[in-house]
Amino acid sequence: MDEFLWRALLGGVGLAVVAGPLGSFIVWRRMAFFGDALAHSALLGVALAFLLDVNLNLGVVVVCLALAALLAWLQSRGGLAGDTLLGVFAPSALSLGLVAIAFMERLRVDLISYLFGDILAVSPVDLAWIYGGGAVVLAALAVMWRPLLAMTVHEELARVEGVPVERFRLAFIALLAIVIAAAMKIVGVLLITSLLIIPAATARRFARSPEAMAMLAAAFGAVAVAAGLYASLVLDTPSGPTVVVAAAFAFAVSVVLPRRAS
Amino acid sequence: MSPDGAPAAALIHARGIEKSVAGRPILSHVDIDVASGEIVTLIGPNGAGKSTLLRILLRLVAPDRGELWHRPALRVGYMPQRLALDELLPLTVSRFLALGNGGRRADLSAALAEVGAAGVAAAPVQAISGGELQRVLLARALLCDPQLLVLDEPVQGVDLLGQQELFGLIVAIRNRRRCGVLMVSHDLHLVMAATDRVVCLNHHVCCTGHPEAVSRHPAYLALFGPQLGEGFALYTHHHDHVHDPAGHIVELPRGSEPPSAPDHPHG
Repeated sequence: MDEFLWRALLGGVGLAVVAGPLGSFIVWRRMAFFGDALAHSALLGVALAFLLDVNLNLGVVVVCLALAALLAWLQSRGGLAGDTLLGVFAPSALSLGLVAIAFMERLRVDLISYLFGDILAVSPVDLAWIYGGGAVVLAALAVMWRPLLAMTVHEELARVEGVPVERFRLAFIALLAIVIAAAMKIVGVLLITSLLIIPAATARRFARSPEAMAMLAAAFGAVAVAAGLYASLVLDTPSGPTVVVAAAFAFAVSVVLPRRAS
Repeated sequence: MSPDGAPAAALIHARGIEKSVAGRPILSHVDIDVASGEIVTLIGPNGAGKSTLLRILLRLVAPDRGELWHRPALRVGYMPQRLALDELLPLTVSRFLALGNGGRRADLSAALAEVGAAGVAAAPVQAISGGELQRVLLARALLCDPQLLVLDEPVQGVDLLGQQELFGLIVAIRNRRRCGVLMVSHDLHLVMAATDRVVCLNHHVCCTGHPEAVSRHPAYLALFGPQLGEGFALYTHHHDHVHDPAGHIVELPRGSEPPSAPDHPHG
């Protein structure tokens, strides 16, 4: 197997292992649309990073965090429903990123690879981002696990029991921003949330505890990445979408599978 | 350490609480106290500000004006009004309880036993009945060894017989632990036997005192109408059958006393 294939597999599986637990929380906290809006803003981060000549991943993380802060501020002012606000935000951020990139004529930016991912072009530096960022995210998630789960189940009850809810909410968004930056190369900004949500939704049926669901989601994601990567080579199809199709296929099977009597 | 004018047993002492939401006054000049060992019930119609007051007293929301004193290091056990757990989150009852105390197993089973729900420990939270869920929420509130229990509509979604049992359980917990209890109810008559003091709230405190006295107070009658205050009587009767544990009807011989609950109130 060629070296670039190994890097693609390593990068994809590493990302899936992080996306499983984080995606489970996104499903439990009903933040799928929020994750989508955040991911769509990643392209704006890419444009700004090019403009300011800083690291791309750093640009994406910073722009995602700024957008999350802006969203939180707009939501606290009230007046607009949360989903409407996100519906305004997601396409606006994406379009702003596309327009900004169009302005930079001298730059040759492969837009398709940012939108839909280019897993075969994963570099050793990308791998370092995925595994370094992934380790940080998993460690932070492990530390925050119980209070984060408590506030997901009932926020006010958790607050009365002493959980600093606001701090954990911000920390969770920061973790999401890191994963979005790392995932951009693998599946692209348009498909990142699919890697977070589809494996978690697939795992639900087979899990009896939150931890089991998180680990199963990681496993399903890793299998989808491997299967999708292989299929894209054999069928000569774009790798990012093929990975998502593989994940969606596993989800469909899990839905159709007869329920075991418990 | 207690504030001016409050007894030494005071747990919570609030004076002149004011709160408006979007320019609409929700609470105006509310005074309320809760002391160790007493059960205080907050009643009032829907939208009277009961839940808002509870959230202010729990320090989840800041009042616009007024002073709120908690006994230093007060341990509060809180039972929220409802728990709507998403089907997507696989969680057993014991895991749900463990979220409140870090999972010390002995404490979890002791709390479940105290509320009479030991049988559901391994069941998914989504699969238990409304009455069982209320007991589990009560068990979670007991985990911190509370000095004050704050219960928001504790019998919600429970049938009438179950409501009587739950109120009996709350009284038993108070008697055993000598903790203070502050609870919200929308119906005075259901909680009458289980409460020491009633605070009738409709944006302001309409009247307060012993439940019997409040049920005859003009302000209470104006709020809830005389038909509830006077026309309500316990419907005493005998059953000619009982149910076995499977729910089948077992006829009783005429003239005999049923084995349990010969007279019980219906609403």
